[in-house]
Amino acid sequence: MIAAEDRKSWMGLLAKARPAALAALWDEAVPHEVLRAPEVGAVMVQGRMGGTGAPFNLGEMTVTRCSLRLATGEVGHATVQGRDKDHARRAAMLDALLQGPRRAEVRARVLAPLGAQRAREAEHRAAKAAATRVDFFTLVRGED
Amino acid sequence: MYVAVKGGERAIENAHAFLAEDRRGDPAVPELSVAQIREQMALAVNRVMAEGSLYDPDLAALAIKQARGDLIEAIFLIRAYRTTLPRFGSSKPLDTGAMACHRRISATFKDAPGGQVLGPTFDYTHRLLDFKLMAEGEAPVAPVAEPRREPTPHITEFLNKDGMIEEEAQSDAMPPDLTREPLELPADRALRLQSITRGDEGFILGMAYSTQRGYARNHAFVAELRIGTCSVEMEIPELGFAVEIGEVTLTECETVNQFKGSKTEPAQFTRGYGLVFGQTERKAIAMALVDRALRWKELGEDNSGAPAQDEEFVLYHADNIQATGFLEHIKLPHYVDFQSELELVRKLRAGVPEALREAAE
Repeated sequence: MIAAEDRKSWMGLLAKARPAALAALWDEAVPHEVLRAPEVGAVMVQGRMGGTGAPFNLGEMTVTRCSLRLATGEVGHATVQGRDKDHARRAAMLDALLQGPRRAEVRARVLAPLGAQRAREAEHRAAKAAATRVDFFTLVRGED
Repeated sequence: MYVAVKGGERAIENAHAFLAEDRRGDPAVPELSVAQIREQMALAVNRVMAEGSLYDPDLAALAIKQARGDLIEAIFLIRAYRTTLPRFGSSKPLDTGAMACHRRISATFKDAPGGQVLGPTFDYTHRLLDFKLMAEGEAPVAPVAEPRREPTPHITEFLNKDGMIEEEAQSDAMPPDLTREPLELPADRALRLQSITRGDEGFILGMAYSTQRGYARNHAFVAELRIGTCSVEMEIPELGFAVEIGEVTLTECETVNQFKGSKTEPAQFTRGYGLVFGQTERKAIAMALVDRALRWKELGEDNSGAPAQDEEFVLYHADNIQATGFLEHIKLPHYVDFQSELELVRKLRAGVPEALREAAE
């Protein structure tokens, strides 16, 4: 049994991956039947008033979705950012593989390097931001 | 006399070819790639995504190239494209409190937890042309420091704890969508925010500026301005749970305004809110000011008759695609319309005595 949290986290990682980076990590075609061919569409992104209040519509983003079933029976779904159909197909295939006997291999070959790369990039951007943090120092205090 | 004419096909075709050649410019100069626009004209790309109301940096960059840098034309292309896309659903509301901020400043609290992080800003530059950019040089490298790993809290949270600021009403109600239903007045705040966030930056800026100059006086403090990335989550019906489907860069601005209180409400601060796709801080600040000005009715304030308080005026004129469509159509053939006007003026003149006509000339 796969925990929903676990699947949620790998699906998010695959959805946010750059298509070329994902393709570089996995180019093996596994026999499968397409349940829903890759399709480009839009998702309306909602914000909240004041950051925490009632929702409002901010604007749409492009996504591509795909569903397939492996010859071994596992069903994979993907909704990935952007308009790259190969990205959606690859993500759905990996989602299916991660539910089957090859999950350890896919974790090691795809998820681990993808996650590490993402963390590195986020960390580097945060580090550049941190260098622009203001340190105030007191020149003069008003009281005697 | 009515004369129907047709023609111009060849002229139109050749005009398009002329446009294509001019778009390319001098062939001795290397052609601009879409990736170059996406990476190096990022703020133009952000504006096109925000006002085109579609987050896709590659498409926005392509639109800018096709439009020869005319951003309103590029926004038009994006708006036209988005109508061709099937809508797969709505995301869960973004959690901007979890934003990975690369800029975050407060004009109200010097020592805000999380600090004042300037990020990649034009502020404090001298606005002198940098001629070094005319020469190709090494890619610059920014300094780094120990990164913050935990999320940065919203500044208004601290005010909220003491009841010093109005609480946002909690709700998960599905908001109205002006891309699905025609905009009808009076509009609720959700509809106003959607309209302003995709509205023309220049128009929203002008409206916001008018409030600062005294039309619908509301002196706003920028409690917080943050720019960074947020994950977007959507419920996937096949799975029965929500997953991240992508990540967007956003600019969020929260303003606080003094409020003297009313018969039912104590004196406290009130809020204006701006949230815009991309690094778009002028727009986000302006949005917060206009949002606050339009809230006069729900806060029981007086209508001073200022343009920024008039939701019909603001919402019906904020959309640059509607505006430019109507504006620019008057350059297209109106031969028949004009012919009838011409006849009318001739008739009117014919009825006027000779002496008067001469005096007028």
